[in-house]
Amino acid sequence: MSLLSVDNLSTHYPGAAGTVRAVDGVSLEIAEGETVALVGESGCGKSTLGKSLMRLVTPSSGRVHFQGRDVTAMSSKELQSIRRSVQMIFQDPFASLNPRQTIRTILTAPLAVHGVSGRKRREEIAAQMVEHVGLPADALDRFPHEFSGGQRQRIGIARALILQPQLVICDEPVSALDLSIQAQILNLLVEMKTELSLSYLFISHDLSVVRYFADRVLVMYLGRIVESAATSDLWRGAKHPYTQALLAAVPDPSRRKQAAPITGDLPSPHNPPAGCRFHIRCPLATGICRTEDPIFRQLAGGHAVACHHAQ
Amino acid sequence: MNKLGTYAAETIDLEPPARAETARPATNPAAQPAAQPRWTHIHAPDVRASAVRSTAWRGLRREFKVFLSNPNALFGVAFLLVVALSALLASVIYPSDPMEMVARPFLWPGQNVTYPLGTDSMGRDVLAGILHGARISLTVGIAATLLGLSAGILIGATAGYFGGIVDDILVKFIEIFQTIPSFVLLVVLVAIAQPTTGTVTVAIATVSWPTVARLTRAEFRAIREKDYVLAARSLGFGHARIIFREILPNALPPLIVTSSVMVASAILMESALSFMGLGDPNRISWGSMIGAGRDVIRTAWYLTALPGLAIVFTVLALNLIGDGLNDALNPRFSEER
Amino acid sequence: MAALLDVRDLSVRFPSAEPVKGVSFTANPGEMLAIVGESGSGKSLTALALMGLLPRQARAGGQISFDGRDLLSLRERDLRRIRGRDIAMIFQEPMTSLNPVLTIGDQIVEVLRIHEDLSRRHARARAIELLELVSIPEPARRIDDYPHQLSGGMRQRVMIAIAVACNPKLLIADEATTALDVTIQAQVLQLLDNLRVKLNMAVILITHDLGIVAQWADRVVVMYAGRKIEEGFPGPVFDTPYHPYTRGLLAASPRLKADYHYSDGPLSEIPGSIISASGERGCSFRPRCPVARPACAFAVPELLSVSAERQVACPYVPIPSEVAHVASVGR
Repeated sequence: MSLLSVDNLSTHYPGAAGTVRAVDGVSLEIAEGETVALVGESGCGKSTLGKSLMRLVTPSSGRVHFQGRDVTAMSSKELQSIRRSVQMIFQDPFASLNPRQTIRTILTAPLAVHGVSGRKRREEIAAQMVEHVGLPADALDRFPHEFSGGQRQRIGIARALILQPQLVICDEPVSALDLSIQAQILNLLVEMKTELSLSYLFISHDLSVVRYFADRVLVMYLGRIVESAATSDLWRGAKHPYTQALLAAVPDPSRRKQAAPITGDLPSPHNPPAGCRFHIRCPLATGICRTEDPIFRQLAGGHAVACHHAQ
Repeated sequence: MNKLGTYAAETIDLEPPARAETARPATNPAAQPAAQPRWTHIHAPDVRASAVRSTAWRGLRREFKVFLSNPNALFGVAFLLVVALSALLASVIYPSDPMEMVARPFLWPGQNVTYPLGTDSMGRDVLAGILHGARISLTVGIAATLLGLSAGILIGATAGYFGGIVDDILVKFIEIFQTIPSFVLLVVLVAIAQPTTGTVTVAIATVSWPTVARLTRAEFRAIREKDYVLAARSLGFGHARIIFREILPNALPPLIVTSSVMVASAILMESALSFMGLGDPNRISWGSMIGAGRDVIRTAWYLTALPGLAIVFTVLALNLIGDGLNDALNPRFSEER
Repeated sequence: MAALLDVRDLSVRFPSAEPVKGVSFTANPGEMLAIVGESGSGKSLTALALMGLLPRQARAGGQISFDGRDLLSLRERDLRRIRGRDIAMIFQEPMTSLNPVLTIGDQIVEVLRIHEDLSRRHARARAIELLELVSIPEPARRIDDYPHQLSGGMRQRVMIAIAVACNPKLLIADEATTALDVTIQAQVLQLLDNLRVKLNMAVILITHDLGIVAQWADRVVVMYAGRKIEEGFPGPVFDTPYHPYTRGLLAASPRLKADYHYSDGPLSEIPGSIISASGERGCSFRPRCPVARPACAFAVPELLSVSAERQVACPYVPIPSEVAHVASVGR
């Protein structure tokens, strides 16, 4: 049984210009101890998907099962128990910590809410956690503004891990950090994964980071998953034209002065094109692509694609 | 390993090209022992983090400093303290009822040393009146503001946090109060109830809470979308905890600034009511003194001017404090929120 | 070819800090120079100094020689004639760099009419040409759109159109593609390169993305804590970085370490952060440097010219003649 299983999840928002179909029929699975990456560009819905899994936004349809239990149908009381098991790390280290709270408060409050009694005990756990993520012990008395971006992200990680979850959803955790700090945080995440037996859903737009960090990659476009494969398989041979374009667009030192850009802009999730959502920008588009939405089908070796032309 | 000469006249080991260090990265040998390789950051202690300042005020230190370095704000605080002192010491200095007739009427200020600010048309001591009046002004001002703030924050926070239909209903409720002209409502409320200091206070609070509610609602709507609130929700915090511990402390700065101005308006409203004779008839207040001196303004203008100046300066002091608070709280606030 | 831009010992001082401490570099016509650095390196302030757009409390020192004139000695009035016409700049956030209440056509026409004596009709025609140059589809129709009606990539192209409207000799792109998605980024970079060739413009690309530098730049300058610490052609700098910071940066970059997975091992880190550089009397990188010596704490290392195009600010760099000798002998 997989740790997390998502079945045809959709999250639609009412928008000014019609319904925004941010997530439109996504199915995926995360096994225990696995790091699954969710990649895509802006507007693909990856952030909304992450929040929908945790019910921070309410999904419009579909099911999410965590350890066999149906999260989408839970009452708020039942949801509380899930909160211990699924946590989130946010992108912006400057906005994800309450500026008016000390680190001690930020770390002990979740413990208090989830019934860890005794102030001393909570402070002990917080102190351990702070050291675990590589911050000095006197960090507990400080305020977030006294820390650098990388350190704040460490605090965010500490907060996410202090309840000892099983699954951590990382929403672009290193995108806002400098390159030299990214490496520190990624290494920390890998260490924590082994130490605490975690699974990650790693949401990112940076393919190079994903290549290092993930076991399996899901590629999202306009609210749908268009390709799913093990990391090495994806880089060895991506099957979906969008994935291929994405990989080709990553700056490549060996292709001096020559981009291989795909034409056209990112479409908006207000009005997804008919048929295959990618057909307007796709070099392989044919008649069937304009009319029929391709289904997500399994190919050999755990590789799955939503494209009429892929084999 | 081959050694190479360097410009620094030292040799270094020839390293393979920087591509892919598959072994552990070179760490400073003088730092942590190899047993704890993960803490490689420790040999570069952050300057910020290494300066330990354990003052409890660290959290608000900067705001205090900015506020205290503002001469206008300091003047405002000083004057307000004088007013507060007068209010407190009024009964000590002038233990008898200031509405008692004590001397010849229409004594000018300075004419008689026992009555430094003169007497009014009924022979009442003006200075005693001003000192006792300070009490009414401050009491009503502060109490009405506190009441208005409490009601406004509660309603605004609920509307801003929950959104949806709760928000729609509460906003309509706020709008009803805002569309009725505030002074007219004030007069009507005081006229219906018995005019005492208490009813005046409640009436003023009733008229001033809608602004607070709107402000609070706007703040809550903005802060509700912040990542740290999302994090609190994802950690399973309940609504009450999120409203009071996560959002409200961050929503306070504009409210604090507004509150000083609210005290000023409350004092003005109370004075206006008393001027028209709608205030507590058993208490002397700055407004009632101005009202009493209205008929003789051409001859004994000091009866109007002196309490009038008291009001002007108190309101000015409060506004200066408000500006000072704004300067102190807002710049950091806008980067930190 | 004489250098179009010759920056000598540029420094930017604030009352409480000196974020740029004596930076020198050159830019030639038709060349793409990349200035690489992380936050706190001073690269953006360097760009603003070139344009004369530093904040009021900042004081610039040194010399910026552009086309024979020292920009730092010019009056604001003369600088205004150069800005937008001879030197142009594009910024990171396409959302906020365009005026939301003017159509994009108005904004391009505005620049044209300030610097060139064109009638309104001619300016509008030229604006449509420019939109076509930057590959905006249906330019004659879109010229009357407002910025909010365009996507981020489109807005960035409009900004580029405004910047190249008067055929500038130098274009400064300050993290111009950082906020863009990777497929749009590729388009914009290709566009910038095409314009560079077409207009024989010098382009200074300020970025923190080493991949972009490796793919597009002709020369690269690496900055750390307000100083230039390495310079050279991208190929050699990335193949054999000399400065420990450059080495650390390349090692930490997953982009340039293809085929490396977390199951193979950790990423090389540069420990600590840029904050450790403040207050350092000697080399600013010393607190984070894996090969630091006691001497590094006392004197700021000078820039050494390792070869004709290569400079490093670190004495613990192998002397090239010895490297060549060892390489020929075989390691």
